[in-house]
Amino acid sequence: MQQHIGRVVVNSEIAPGYSLVTVHLPVVAAAARPGQFVHVKAGGGYYPLLRRPISIHRVDREQGLVYLLVEVRGPGTSWLAFQGGGTPLDIIGPLGTGFPRPSTERAVMVGGGVGMAPLVFLAEEMVHYGIEVDFLLGARSELQLLQREFLTGIGAAVQVATDDGSCGHHGRVTDLLPPMLAKGKEVTVYACGPRPMLKTVAELAAGVGVPCWLSLEEFMACGVGACRGCVTATRGNDEQVTYKDVCTDGPVFAAGEVVFFNGA
Amino acid sequence: MEPDLTVQLGPLRLTNPVMPASGTFGFGLEYASLVDLRQLGALVVKSVTLHPTRGNPPPRLCETPAGILNAIGLMNPGVEVFIRDKMPLLEPLGVPIIVNIAGRAQAEYAELAARLDGVPGVSALEVNISCPNVKEGGMAFGADPQTAALVTRSVRQATRLPIIVKLSPNVTDISVIARAVEAEGADALSLINTLTGLVIDVEKRRPVLGNTTGGLAGPAIRPVAVHLVWRVARAVRLPIIGMGGITSASDALQFILAGASAVAVGTQNFVQPKAMLEVLEGIKEYMIRHGVARVQDIVGQLQV
Ligand SMILES: Cc1cc2nc3c(=O)[nH]c(=O)nc-3n(C[C@H](O)[C@H](O)[C@H](O)COP(=O)(O)OP(=O)(O)OC[C@H]3O[C@@H](n4cnc5c(N)ncnc54)[C@H](O)[C@@H]3O)c2cc1C
Ligand SMILES: Cc1cc2nc3c(=O)[nH]c(=O)nc-3n(C[C@H](O)[C@H](O)[C@H](O)COP(=O)(O)O)c2cc1C
Ligand code: FES
Repeated sequence: MQQHIGRVVVNSEIAPGYSLVTVHLPVVAAAARPGQFVHVKAGGGYYPLLRRPISIHRVDREQGLVYLLVEVRGPGTSWLAFQGGGTPLDIIGPLGTGFPRPSTERAVMVGGGVGMAPLVFLAEEMVHYGIEVDFLLGARSELQLLQREFLTGIGAAVQVATDDGSCGHHGRVTDLLPPMLAKGKEVTVYACGPRPMLKTVAELAAGVGVPCWLSLEEFMACGVGACRGCVTATRGNDEQVTYKDVCTDGPVFAAGEVVFFNGA
Repeated sequence: MEPDLTVQLGPLRLTNPVMPASGTFGFGLEYASLVDLRQLGALVVKSVTLHPTRGNPPPRLCETPAGILNAIGLMNPGVEVFIRDKMPLLEPLGVPIIVNIAGRAQAEYAELAARLDGVPGVSALEVNISCPNVKEGGMAFGADPQTAALVTRSVRQATRLPIIVKLSPNVTDISVIARAVEAEGADALSLINTLTGLVIDVEKRRPVLGNTTGGLAGPAIRPVAVHLVWRVARAVRLPIIGMGGITSASDALQFILAGASAVAVGTQNFVQPKAMLEVLEGIKEYMIRHGVARVQDIVGQLQV
C-alpha cells in the first residue's frame, strides 16, 4: 500500500448515474488483487473531507490502468464522476484483503447495483484460470444493468434481475441463486451489494453448505486499520461477537463469519 | 541557519513540536509505509485500556460539515498486548512514544500508569479523561475538577513518567479543570478532545451512529480549540499540546501563537497521511520567513 497520484485517462457515463473512471496507476494495476479497493481524495477542500473507498473494478496491467466504477450518491462520488481526462487523483492503495481463489471449478457471483464492480475483476481472473463463472446481475431497472455485455464478452454466463421487471427476472437477484446451488456441481459463491442482499446470499449458501465470500461496505476514515471506525460484527468459532475492520480484515469476509442484524 | 524546533514539555524533550493526536494514527505502524515515522516529534498512540476493549457498535463514523463525528469507544487490545506486541516495534524507531491511557475507574488509571512505568521506549503518558464515547469513565473524569484532580494524583503516584493530561472541551470552564490538574503534578496538558455531537437520519428517525452520540473532530472545531488553548495558556504555567482541526502549518501556528508549545494533527491524518510532515516543513518555512530562531520564542505570542 502506497500513496499515488494517478491521472484520469477517460471518464465515461456508462449508465445514468454511473461513471467508469479510467486512471493511469501502474503500481496499483500491477499489485492489485480482486476484491481490493483504493481510497480516493475527492477534490482538494473540506467538502467532502474524508477519502472515499472505491473498489478496483478492473485493471489493465499492460497499460498500467485501473478502472473504477462509480455510482453517484453524494459529494464525493459526484466529484469523481465528473473529472475529465488529465485530472490528477490522490489515491492510497491497493487496500484490503481480496477474494480468495475458489477450490471449486465453478464460481457464482451475485452483484447488486454498483456492488457488481469488484466482482468483474474477480470474474476476469476466474475465467483466466479456467473456472466457469455464473454472474447474477441485479439492478433497479434495465438502464442500470452494469457491464452486461462486457461480462458476456469475457465468457461469463450472465443472468439478470431487475426490481421493475424491465429486463430479465422481475424481482430480486437472489431469486436466481437457488438453482445455481442445486446443480449438483461444487461451487463457490461471491457476493457484493446491499446488506439485505448479502444476508440472503449468506443464508442460501449456508443452507446447502457451499463456501461463500461477501464483500462488505462501511463508512471509512483511514482505510488502513488505524481508526477502528469501519468495523463490522463478526462471530468466530467460539460464538463470541467481535468487531473486525472492514478496511484491513476485509472488505471480503467468509459469509459464515458475518453477523447480520434485523436491518441486515 | 536551521530554525531550532526543539520543544520542552516538562521533563520531556522533543526534537520538533509535531505529533499525531491519539486515536487518529493507530499505533503508528499502520502508517509506516506512508509516513516516515522517525521525523515526528513524538508518536502518540491510540488509547490503551487495562483490558481489551471491544468498542461501540457500528456505524462508528460519519462525515459532518468540515468534520467527522466518531464513536469508536476506545477499541484496543489492552495494555498487556500493547506492551507485548506493539512496543517492541515502536521502541526501535527512536521517536518518543507517548502512550494514551484510559480507565473506567480511578484505580485503573493508576494500574495502567504503574504497568507502563519502565517499559522500554515509553517516554510519557497522556491521560485521557475526556473521551465522550464510553459509558464508564472517560469524560466523566474530565468534567469535574475534583475527579480530574484525583485521577491526576493517582497517576502521579503510580509512575515517574512525564504525565500529560488530556482535557475535554465539554465543560463549563476548562481553566478550572486545567488548574486542578496542574496542582496535582501534571507535567503538561493536551487539548482539545472531541466535542459531543449528534447526527440524525431523518428518514429513519434514528441517530446515524450506533452509539447515538459521538465526538466531533476536524476543521469544524478548530476555532473552538484555538480559543480554549488560549484560555488555558493564560490560566496555567504548564506547557500545552494544542489540537483540533489542524490541517496545515498555518493552522498549527494559530495554536502555537495562542499558547501551545506543541501541536497534534488528528482527523487530517485520515485525509492526508503526510500532513504532519507538511505541517513541520511549513513551520520551519514560517520561522525562516519571520526570522524566528527558536519555535519556543513564538509560543503564546498572540497580540491582542
Ligand atoms: C470497500 C468499499 C468499496 C466500495 N466500492 C465502491 C465502488 O466500486 N463504486 C461505488 O460507487 N461505491 C463504492 N463504495 C461506496 C462508496 O464509498 C460510497 O458510496 C461513497 O463513499 C459515498 O460518498 P459520497 O460523498 O458520494 O456520498 P455521501 O454523502 O458520503 O453518502 C451518500 C450515501 O452513501 C452512504 N455511504 C457513504 N459512505 C459509504 C460507505 N463507505 N459505504 C457504504 N455506504 C456509504 C451514506 O449513508 C449515504 O446514504 C465502496 C465502499 C466501500 C467501503
Ligand atoms: C476517529 C477518532 C478516534 C479518536 N480516538 C481517541 C482516543 O482513543 N483517545 C483520545 O484521547 N482521543 C481520541 N480522539 C480525539 C483526538 O485525539 C483529538 O483530540 C480530536 O480528534 C481533535 O483533533 P482533530 O480535530 O485534529 O481530529 C479521536 C478522534 C478521532 C477522530
Ligand atoms: S477505516 Fe480506519 S480502521 Fe478501517
